[in-house]
Amino acid sequence: MTVTATMNSTHSSPSSAELPSANMVAVARRQHFQDVIFHRLTQFFSLLVLAALVGIIVSLFINAWPTFAKFGAHFLWYVEWDIINEEFGAAISIVGTVFSAGIALLLAVPLAFGIAVFLTETCPVWLRRPLGTAIELLAAVPSIIYGMFGLFVFAPVYADYLQVPLQSVLGGMPLVGWLFGGATNGLGILAAGIILAFMVLPFVAAVMRDVFEITPPILRESAYGLGCTTWEVVRKVVLPYTQKGVIGGIMLGLGRALGETMAVTFVIGNANRMPTSLFSPGTSIASVLANEFGEAEGLHFNTLFALGFLLFCITFVVLAMAKWLIIRAEKAKGT
Amino acid sequence: MQMNTSPLYRRRQRTNLIGLTLSMGAMALGLVALLWILFVLFSNGLAALDVSLFTKDTPAPGSEGGGLRNAIVGSLMIVGLAVLVSTPIGILAGIYLTEYGDSSKTAEFTRFVTDIMLSAPSIVLGLFVYAIAVATVGNFSGYAGSLALSLIAIPVVMRTTENMLRLVPGSLREAAFALGAPRWKVATMVSLRAARSGVITGLLLAVARISGETAPLLFTALNNQFFSTNMDAPMANLPVVIFQFAMSPYDNWIDLAWGGALLITLAVLVLNILARVFFREKVRT
Repeated sequence: MTVTATMNSTHSSPSSAELPSANMVAVARRQHFQDVIFHRLTQFFSLLVLAALVGIIVSLFINAWPTFAKFGAHFLWYVEWDIINEEFGAAISIVGTVFSAGIALLLAVPLAFGIAVFLTETCPVWLRRPLGTAIELLAAVPSIIYGMFGLFVFAPVYADYLQVPLQSVLGGMPLVGWLFGGATNGLGILAAGIILAFMVLPFVAAVMRDVFEITPPILRESAYGLGCTTWEVVRKVVLPYTQKGVIGGIMLGLGRALGETMAVTFVIGNANRMPTSLFSPGTSIASVLANEFGEAEGLHFNTLFALGFLLFCITFVVLAMAKWLIIRAEKAKGT
Repeated sequence: MQMNTSPLYRRRQRTNLIGLTLSMGAMALGLVALLWILFVLFSNGLAALDVSLFTKDTPAPGSEGGGLRNAIVGSLMIVGLAVLVSTPIGILAGIYLTEYGDSSKTAEFTRFVTDIMLSAPSIVLGLFVYAIAVATVGNFSGYAGSLALSLIAIPVVMRTTENMLRLVPGSLREAAFALGAPRWKVATMVSLRAARSGVITGLLLAVARISGETAPLLFTALNNQFFSTNMDAPMANLPVVIFQFAMSPYDNWIDLAWGGALLITLAVLVLNILARVFFREKVRT
């Protein structure tokens, strides 16, 4: 009758439970050792992510330093991209990135809001999951597919049915006419913005739908009890209650749109000039990196790293704010 | 009760109708976009989908025919290695966050950083891996490509593992502790086993996510025109090949690009649907 595990000892006799045998102590020591190893191992792996973040920032900055040393803060608003004479400025890329992302949000947020309202209020219950999954599948499609779709299918349609009419109708108008000048060849800042809107839409819609669903039913029902219409309930009860989560979702979409590479590279036109209208080609930081990194050397190489560093900082700030807002929204609800 | 037909009431009803119709329109627009993309993908890609896609290698510029064999094999190898690396790391890190870290400051900060890395621009991750794994070694490699993809997959696996482990009831863990099990056994053989279907779902979603990533592979694995299984050298992979072929002027290259795009999308969609169906069935039983 050998004692092989701690649990058996409590059943054999009451007196032996007070004095652990050498065997039990050995087992306990071994298990404690295994626990310590496991603890440190899992801790090490989870700290790897933090190490990766620090590593990214450090390595990007080190490789970007020659450019920052040469141009200083002036780099941020210098409008120039001369590879031969090694004169670089980030302004063109930043403008392209910000404008295409801005247009994407302008188009995607109202659509996402509409989708979230439909999924939470008017949709029949049996249809909610399939439609929700369909929207989430839009998010799963890889971005290069969006790029190909944008270049081969969307661009011709957009050129004929959107650009030409817009230019003929609004091109001559005094204040906004300059926005619609330029060649109507299906590419440009607006095209990139529209394709990005398709990409960002599912993320924002998913976050909005999730926060709309968490609204306590009692708030909604009190409003209905007072005679509000569905639209009024959404606008005056649900939206104010979920505003932090909604803004967090929008900023999440912004973070994605700023960093998107493939979809933008195909349709933005890839011209290193400051865009003068919505139809003119431009470039975004990510597309400059994708196009020019392969053959860059010297200061050009360092400048591309500088652009990458800037992009990472911008998206980090945007995503950190989004995360903070969403956490605040969840805390306010007590979840 | 009198019917309320005052102008204010009618206006409110009208606003309601307009708002709800617009929201239904937004939903329809989203569905139309999805169906349009899928339709375009299938109609252009199916034309290129035949046996030679899997048996021939990528053609040289200007030459006829060709297939995507080297790209498919290369992608499978790079993604496979990335999954092999990121699965244990992600799961163990997720276990740490749930079982050990829980609400400590370090764990909170790690979760914060993980969520940000989830949505970080993948091209910046490619730059980072270039700086540490390509410039230092001196050549592009499949290993660097796998490293870049792992950096994207690990946060995904970590988050889903953590979320799934949280769903395991505390009483299960406490019962195991009461029986005298050491902590690591409780974490792996009780909690992880109970959450196993959710964790597998997370893995499938991570695989789906990294199969379609192009930007990180642009500077790490580069591309290879020939068939190669040498991970220490540039390797062909589907996304970069599609990028190169789609922007080119050759018709057969563009057809191959559509075929490759269809393959990737099918893989991603199948993995996503599988993950959702798998998880839902496990929850029901």
